[in-house]
Amino acid sequence: MMEQRILVVLPHPDDEAFGLSGTLAMHIHNGAQVTYACLTLGEMGRNMGIPPFATRVTLPAIRKMELESSCQAIGIQDLRLLGFHDKMIEFEDQNVLDTRIGELLKELNPSLVVTFYPGYSVHPDHDACGAAVIRTVGKLPASERPVVHCLAFSRDHEQAIGKPDVHYDVRAFLKQKVASIESHRSQFQAAELLGKNELSQQELEARFGTERFWTYRYPS
Amino acid sequence: MQLIQPIKVQQLIDKLKDQELYVHIEQTTGAYAAHMDSSKHPASSFLTNARIRYSHGAISGNGPYRVGLKMTHGWVYSEGLTHYEDMETERLILAGHDSQGKLIVALQLSPKPF
Ligand SMILES: [Zn+2]
Repeated sequence: MMEQRILVVLPHPDDEAFGLSGTLAMHIHNGAQVTYACLTLGEMGRNMGIPPFATRVTLPAIRKMELESSCQAIGIQDLRLLGFHDKMIEFEDQNVLDTRIGELLKELNPSLVVTFYPGYSVHPDHDACGAAVIRTVGKLPASERPVVHCLAFSRDHEQAIGKPDVHYDVRAFLKQKVASIESHRSQFQAAELLGKNELSQQELEARFGTERFWTYRYPS
Repeated sequence: MQLIQPIKVQQLIDKLKDQELYVHIEQTTGAYAAHMDSSKHPASSFLTNARIRYSHGAISGNGPYRVGLKMTHGWVYSEGLTHYEDMETERLILAGHDSQGKLIVALQLSPKPF
């Protein structure tokens, strides 16, 4: 399906890398305009590189550069850093959060929004980010709502929300995806993840070649 | 101490906002953590009677609970909270105890120093 304008709302730099970067590269290849609203700079992350090359003080700036590099690798045209504090999304004033997301929806009028599935995305920031997006989109009249695709990966998620209904074959975009993953140097030991002896194309395709999403269904 | 009732704790968080408070925040693995299990890395820190003021705060989770308090220039955050002092009406006394009852984490707020 051809998407015109896509809004991605995720809380941490690197949330896009494994589950979404191939899909975004594919949509961009097909002509889509992508805005990625990243709620925080991941400044409370515990990974500092091995051996550590970041500190608590330098981490936000380093992760910001890593995110910019990832976006460039994917081809994302518009990155918005919303400036919320890492780990605190669930405690934020919901009005503040929803207003920011609502402004983006109004400004961009996307045909597709991508976020985390609230309740099934493990990290409280992921769940709270997804919940804010679902709440805000839900306030729009049903006929004006963009499609919302959710990422989910909690241990019990398939029992509760079933199998993903959207599957994208992103094998043609693995170069962009691997470059996105490798951009986040402080967070992922890419050598470890991708294999010191370079994974074969076949192994890469098996591991990273498909991306899965759940379309969020609003009760009618 | 009683098991946390989130609604009661949220009421106290709301009551204490927008005023000068003293905070005690603490986290510890216990000094014997590495003695019991050499793979563990003992670590702890605490801060007593620092003065703060927050404009917004919430308790979250399904137990153990998390608390976040938003200040002008940052946040107070605590995870792993299980118990609260239900007799307190002017102070918030929260703690997290492990399966053996030992204190792992504490977060306390009061208009007067502890
Ligand atoms: Zn994340």
